[in-house]
Amino acid sequence: MNKKASIVWNGIFKENPSLRLVLGTCPTLAVTTLAVNGLGMGLAATFVLICSGAVISALRNIIPSKVRLPAYITIIAAFVTLLMMLVKAYLPALNSALGVYLPLIVVNCIILGRAEMFASKNKVLDSALDGLGMGLGFTLTLVLMGSIREILGSGTLFGLNLHIPMDPMTVFITPPGGFFVFGVLMGLAILLENYTGHRMERKQSCEGCPAAGMCQGEEEA
Amino acid sequence: MDNQTSHLVVSPVPHIRSALTTQRIMLNVIIALLPALIASTVIFGLRSLLVVAVTTASCVLFEYLWCRIRKTASTIGDLSAVVTGLLLAFNLPPTVPLYLPVIGAIAAIIVTKELFGGIGCNFANPAIVGRITLAVSFPARMTSYLYPKLLMDCDALTSATPLAVSDQRLSLLDLFLGTHGGVIGETCALALLLGLIWLLATRTIEITIPLTYVGTVAVFSAICGENVLYQILSGGLLLGAVFMATDYTTSPFFRRGKIVFGVGLGVITCLIRFWGNMNEGVSYSILIMNLLVPYINRVFRRTPMGGGTRK
Repeated sequence: MNKKASIVWNGIFKENPSLRLVLGTCPTLAVTTLAVNGLGMGLAATFVLICSGAVISALRNIIPSKVRLPAYITIIAAFVTLLMMLVKAYLPALNSALGVYLPLIVVNCIILGRAEMFASKNKVLDSALDGLGMGLGFTLTLVLMGSIREILGSGTLFGLNLHIPMDPMTVFITPPGGFFVFGVLMGLAILLENYTGHRMERKQSCEGCPAAGMCQGEEEA
Repeated sequence: MDNQTSHLVVSPVPHIRSALTTQRIMLNVIIALLPALIASTVIFGLRSLLVVAVTTASCVLFEYLWCRIRKTASTIGDLSAVVTGLLLAFNLPPTVPLYLPVIGAIAAIIVTKELFGGIGCNFANPAIVGRITLAVSFPARMTSYLYPKLLMDCDALTSATPLAVSDQRLSLLDLFLGTHGGVIGETCALALLLGLIWLLATRTIEITIPLTYVGTVAVFSAICGENVLYQILSGGLLLGAVFMATDYTTSPFFRRGKIVFGVGLGVITCLIRFWGNMNEGVSYSILIMNLLVPYINRVFRRTPMGGGTRK
């Protein structure tokens, strides 16, 4: 696989932003009540990722490092504003479905994270490809989550009635159901890592664990 | 002592062994649940027996399948899955479609119990989580209570739980014998009390949690000007206090902790019943207090003999 393709593949699988980097959790949980919302959110974020990655990469030698975060945010916000205007004009249904999460793409950790981790160190084309890969990985995860939640929670998929012979489980379109599906998918991602031998190093520490005081276990690296 | 036959046995703890195995404890609970099972069959008909059978069978099946998939020794022999299944079924109205128990069994056995490490490692009572999962997933199905055949000329009639009926039409005798609408296992207070007596007689549970729980509800209801006996006998309070709150894994170890646990259960139940959106608060109060058990245990931890001061 050549280098360009591997950058894209990296975002889709190896460093899937939602399931492996655990970035952008908020929109992942909030908008995936329907598969189509997940698709819309994912594509919107992909657009911003590609454009902001390319521009930040092009300006990486001009932006002073002390003010780089405000500069990145400004660039990202410009593209999100552009995107919002386009969505409002041409896809009003998606606009109302995504609500506040569309402008919140500005502070989506994936975009700022990739700007800091990748675009500020790499060439323009590579950064745009990284944005594409990350965006596609994000979109795939959101569509997968949205599909599971829509099938179980509403009995439909992309609005099509699947005629499942049982009542929809309303819990899946509520936040607890979202957390549950997210947790199961992350568990499956780790299972997949074990099978393919790409086990990612995750830091497990006792900070934040409610049982930390009781178990007094040694901190695992 | 005859020196010839005495041996100095050196072994790690535990030094005291008894015939009380997990299987034996679970069997005691199953025996204690039988009166309520019989009562529910009399009150609601064979349909409730079918729901119980499906729930229990699917709980055992999921535990068996999980052990097969994980390639570990099968743990269905300890009967804990049977107890979970019975308790989950007792929390369902007899009218539920039969896929509900199966989904509840997945939530109880796979998600709550096995994903957290199997018996003894569950963070909350599996049957309670199964019930709450179903209650938030299928609110309409889970509250369509059947009015017992015994009292009606027609075949069946669905009605609200006595807690939702404001003018207290039911007599206390009806509540005590369980001839009113509700979930399968909760209605007959007499049968639940028989179960409690068996559990106490076999020393399977201590009286502390049921007593403090029901006592707190009684005191709280009296203060709020509610009918005390009505509050105690209706809804799932007795079922929850006797069978669900006393689960070993999810209740505190020591007596002082158990008292705090029981009082907390009673207060939360009353808060939900009197001022909450829902009619019934037993299952949520048990879930909330289950989550607090590690902290309660920490507060009331005993200092080991010869051990130093607490860190």
